[in-house]
Amino acid sequence: MKALVAMSGGVDSSVAAALMVEAGHEVIGVTLKQWEGPGGEQPTAGCCTVGDAEDARRAAAQLGISYYVLDYVDEFRRAVVDRFGEAYMSGLTPNPCVECNRTVRFHALLERTAELGCDVLVTGHHARIRRDGAGYHLLVAADGSKDQSYVLHMLGQHELEHVRLPVGEMTKAEVRAHAARLGLRTAAKPDSQDLCFVGAGDYRDFLRKHFPEAARPGSIVDESGEELGRHEGTVDFTVGQRRGLGVAVGEPRYVVDIQPAVATVVVGRRDALLSDGCELGDVRFVAGRPPVDHAVEVKVRYRSQPAPARLEPNGDTWLVRFEEAQPAVAPGQAGVLYRGDEVLGGGTILARL
Amino acid sequence: MLYLDHAATTTVRPEVREAMAPFFDETFGNPSGLHQVSQRAKNAMEEARERAAELLGAARPLEIVFTAGGTEADNLALVGVALAGGARRGVVTSAIEHEAVLDTAHFLERLGCPLEVVGVDGEGLVDPAEVANRVTAVTGVVSVMAANNETGTVQPLRKIAEAVAAREGAAVLHTDAVQAFISEEITVASTGADLISLASHKLGGPKGVGLLYVRDGIELEPVLHGGGQELGRRSGTHNVAGIVGMVAAMDAAVADRHAFRNRVGEARDRFEAALRRAIPDLVVNAPVDARLVQHSHIRLPGVSSETLLIRLDQAGICAAAGSACQSGAVEISHVLAAMGMTETAAGECVRFTFGWVNAAQDGDEAAQRVLEVVAGMR
Repeated sequence: MKALVAMSGGVDSSVAAALMVEAGHEVIGVTLKQWEGPGGEQPTAGCCTVGDAEDARRAAAQLGISYYVLDYVDEFRRAVVDRFGEAYMSGLTPNPCVECNRTVRFHALLERTAELGCDVLVTGHHARIRRDGAGYHLLVAADGSKDQSYVLHMLGQHELEHVRLPVGEMTKAEVRAHAARLGLRTAAKPDSQDLCFVGAGDYRDFLRKHFPEAARPGSIVDESGEELGRHEGTVDFTVGQRRGLGVAVGEPRYVVDIQPAVATVVVGRRDALLSDGCELGDVRFVAGRPPVDHAVEVKVRYRSQPAPARLEPNGDTWLVRFEEAQPAVAPGQAGVLYRGDEVLGGGTILARL
Repeated sequence: MLYLDHAATTTVRPEVREAMAPFFDETFGNPSGLHQVSQRAKNAMEEARERAAELLGAARPLEIVFTAGGTEADNLALVGVALAGGARRGVVTSAIEHEAVLDTAHFLERLGCPLEVVGVDGEGLVDPAEVANRVTAVTGVVSVMAANNETGTVQPLRKIAEAVAAREGAAVLHTDAVQAFISEEITVASTGADLISLASHKLGGPKGVGLLYVRDGIELEPVLHGGGQELGRRSGTHNVAGIVGMVAAMDAAVADRHAFRNRVGEARDRFEAALRRAIPDLVVNAPVDARLVQHSHIRLPGVSSETLLIRLDQAGICAAAGSACQSGAVEISHVLAAMGMTETAAGECVRFTFGWVNAAQDGDEAAQRVLEVVAGMR
């Protein structure tokens, strides 16, 4: 088998490449050049910096495989970065990693995999793929603390047939030990933390720089619209946030809504944060069709616990009714449907219910 | 392995290696010194300078300034003339220049030097009249390359020189002849240029050395300041082995030039003819009567150049797209954009370049092997 390995320069994808080599496959390593500033400047943090590409190149050389850097700057800017800013400004809480996986990694790069004469695309994501008589299944990672199935929910049967996630079968400690055993220079490299394109600083600095409207001073209001205080920019707030609001009222207040277009932050009591459900758009089911049994568990954020819920068809969209009301459901984030260890599919949260 | 990227760099000629050897050994001296060890190195370097001047048809050996490569020669030519004596003279250049010229021109613009960038036609040709029209009393230097490094388009330099000379003012003409020298006659007389940049490694010499011909009487502001070597025009201890190697490569290139044009030109023509037979919609991106004999810059409609280059490399064939960034990722070429090509079309262009090591029949094998890869893609 001929495998194209997307190498970020981190330990997971380096080990993914190593595992494919050890399994006797013909392997090509690639790094996606995804971002540069207007003057061609390179990002300094995250998973696609120049230094990271060099780490990937060196790891590929250590493994004796070919290695190339592919230019996805235009696709990435259009499909991920611009959309991230626009979605934020329209009051959503976008997840650019999901968008990147949907449009760049597991779409454009998967097409490229075939064009390059490769049979499968391999990444260093932590999740597992299984196949049985019913087709392909996407499962949470062997290492639950590193599980990335949330950002892979859009993978359907076609994608899963052509994707391999070898490190999803291992714990992070096993991955690092394997890298150390092979003497890979990425063995002790810390995990990347922030979005790959934000550069020095975090996504807030990125928004301040590229979408200055997000850093306009404005009002902090309660749900009736009464001004409780001022802020220096909606960019400093996230839905569900309690600390640092700078408003003094009797009981704890939480950010319940952010409206960057009018520079307004809405705060409310904890129960105002709770939703009974949500509406999901652009839903894709891993199996290619909805589950017969509509009892599911839903994750509404990357790091939230799956909450029991029921699915309801609603024309082009799906409604998710939680068994117990959930806090801080943020439109724009992905709502991912699970049953036990298995990912059933997911979509984009359009609205709270 | 089939190497078809000789325009990026080419192999070092055996006679160059031989000429350089003593300078890693007994003739190791720093030419700037009083004693015999220094003087032996100095003599060898000045002999090389005289020979380089001769090969370029320069009036005096001291019109040759050795640099650390073509990029530095281009920088020195533009910065040197534009800023000489603390001035902010204007720059006129073309949109298809190498970044060593274009980026330097934009740098000078930021310092206050008026900049004019002349466009090109669909085949990458610069119009001499258009260049001359942009030359005014404030213009210090006009820079147009002898031949483009991507497409191989050869510019009508002599006509540009005449058109510029006919304008009033003191503008001098610089040409980057880095890509052209191996196959085109490049002399002071043939180009009409006042400054000429060359790089050693494109000729079969070592990397990291180049030269700038500077017509006697042109004042240059140095780019590198320090010990005052090269009459103060380029400080830094001389790369004696490199300089000797470069001039040996120039010597060999000039001696081989006529044969190169026939031999390598035939290899390229046989390569393209075979490709055309198999791929009728193939497009050659340069004027057939004005391009370097070693260049084949082509567009394969419907084939992504990035994908093709990787598949070629997997098959052991080294080729290039016009420009690659430091990481090796293929980027949209400013040259093709200036020629009016769409982004999609530009992303389907590949450059194959033959070199001094190639024989005429190498074109047949190259075509056959490239076609095998293309067949798997279309």
